[in-house]
Amino acid sequence: MKEITIISGKGGSGKTSLTGALRLLASPLVSVDADVDAPNLSLIAGAATRLEEHEFIASSVATVDSEKCNGCNHCGQLCRYGAISAGRVDPLRCEGCGLCQLACPNQAVTMEEVESGRWFVSETQSGPLVHACLHPGAENSGKLVTAVRRRARELATAQGLALILADGPPGIGCPVMAALTGSDLALLVTEPSPSGLHDLERVWRVCQHFRIQAQVVVNKSDLSPENTERIEAFAKEEGMALAGRIPFDRAVTAAVSAGAPLNPRQTGKTARAIRQIWEKISQDI
Amino acid sequence: MKIAVASGKGGTGKTFIATNLAALLAEQMQVTLVDADVEEPNAGLFLGPKITGELQVDLPVPALDADSCTGCGQCAAACRYGALAMVGNHPLILDHLCHGCGACTYICPSGALFEVGRRIGVVRMGSARQLRFIEGRLDPGQALAPPLVRATRARAAEEDGLVIIDAPPGTSCPVVAAVTGVDYVVLVTEPTPFGWNDLSLAAGMLRQLGLPLGVVINRWGMGGYPVEEQCRRTGLLVLLRLPWDRQVAVTYARGQLSIDDSPHWRRALGELYKAVVREVRP
Repeated sequence: MKEITIISGKGGSGKTSLTGALRLLASPLVSVDADVDAPNLSLIAGAATRLEEHEFIASSVATVDSEKCNGCNHCGQLCRYGAISAGRVDPLRCEGCGLCQLACPNQAVTMEEVESGRWFVSETQSGPLVHACLHPGAENSGKLVTAVRRRARELATAQGLALILADGPPGIGCPVMAALTGSDLALLVTEPSPSGLHDLERVWRVCQHFRIQAQVVVNKSDLSPENTERIEAFAKEEGMALAGRIPFDRAVTAAVSAGAPLNPRQTGKTARAIRQIWEKISQDI
Repeated sequence: MKIAVASGKGGTGKTFIATNLAALLAEQMQVTLVDADVEEPNAGLFLGPKITGELQVDLPVPALDADSCTGCGQCAAACRYGALAMVGNHPLILDHLCHGCGACTYICPSGALFEVGRRIGVVRMGSARQLRFIEGRLDPGQALAPPLVRATRARAAEEDGLVIIDAPPGTSCPVVAAVTGVDYVVLVTEPTPFGWNDLSLAAGMLRQLGLPLGVVINRWGMGGYPVEEQCRRTGLLVLLRLPWDRQVAVTYARGQLSIDDSPHWRRALGELYKAVVREVRP
């Protein structure tokens, strides 16, 4: 079983559109939407039957028993998140550390588990899709990513599927790390802009930190051939393989707007570019 | 006044709006641009700031004085992040899991745990064009963006005048840290199902926080998705539509600002600011 995670650093570089198209070429496979706080893969995954729905409970929030609380504000002085003050809790700031509970001289604070999101398994024409939705403003997106990836591995084993393809989150922080660890390949999708190169470099440092092999795709490459070359030169210097270039093509947006990825089996240079990327990465892993 | 530019979905044009708006308004008033997208801070690429100061941001993590440790295990029992594990008679500190809450040092009865700073990134200050510039920059390999976002915001709290915050994408804790306490949030979206889905999630988060918000539809005319109808249906105010324009992508690719390209963009962003002011001070 092999796991490929598609990340980018910069948001909006085309991770989900590319994941959607690669799924069709790699089918049957297990797909994962690991961007749990802005999950979009299911929007272009075609007709799907929801097979499983789970609560995701990984954090707790302080609650105060107002009858026991004498308003001493010992909790407020200790809390490093500004989440509690004289017995009033701001649940969006609370990180569930429990220090207020430990410290309250009147035992007025208890920690209550809260649902931070939900996760699902849906059956699609290309195989199972494991996806999730973190509740807005919630904590622990990294743990939710870990939960969906774990289920994806179980499904791949149970159904004898050889590939897990994960659409990852933007950025370099905890959910990206959770999406990357243990992957066989990180496919780094970038765009030919200063932001694209800057963010690629930072996300590559994270891959190196975890010793994950990476390949680079330059999306919308014709919007700036100079920057595309700069990005590819950077990739070569750093020892990353180039998986390919995808031209800017309004047909991709049109397809996504209609609820589907660009069909990679059709004619045209964008579809061909995606097929070539798939051939390269499937050979390499 | 503090305005945050956020989006839900990444790549919709937050940095484009924040940098162009800040640079335009700085011609007439005191403006500070705060890049709170600490995982991928990009505003500086378009403003070319001269950096004049840097502040290291540390997370307080526990360290052990093994001679004083009695092996009671209360620290590991208190830690809710699994950052302390009892191995034999001492806690093993897994500081990459630590959130810096201080529970372990608080509970330790023998004073064996003390706190040391672990660097997570920097806040950099400077100036660009006519504006003040502040950015947070998370070190690659560090997981916890929110403390650095808070440190970046704390540095910006000392600034007078208009503060424009370029927020991170998503709807989880880093965004909450970036937008808490602002006067208004501009949510940038695009006319695709992805843009709408993530916009509605971000709007839900802002409503929970009780923050007023308005929507900018960027790349208008590019995707066919009826995002404006969806906004109307759900009671979201559309402040501005910015047409899709290949020249914008080309200018952005060169690391330049569109307000320097054409008076059209100056006008559009000037209108956006007026619309926000009307909402904040009716």
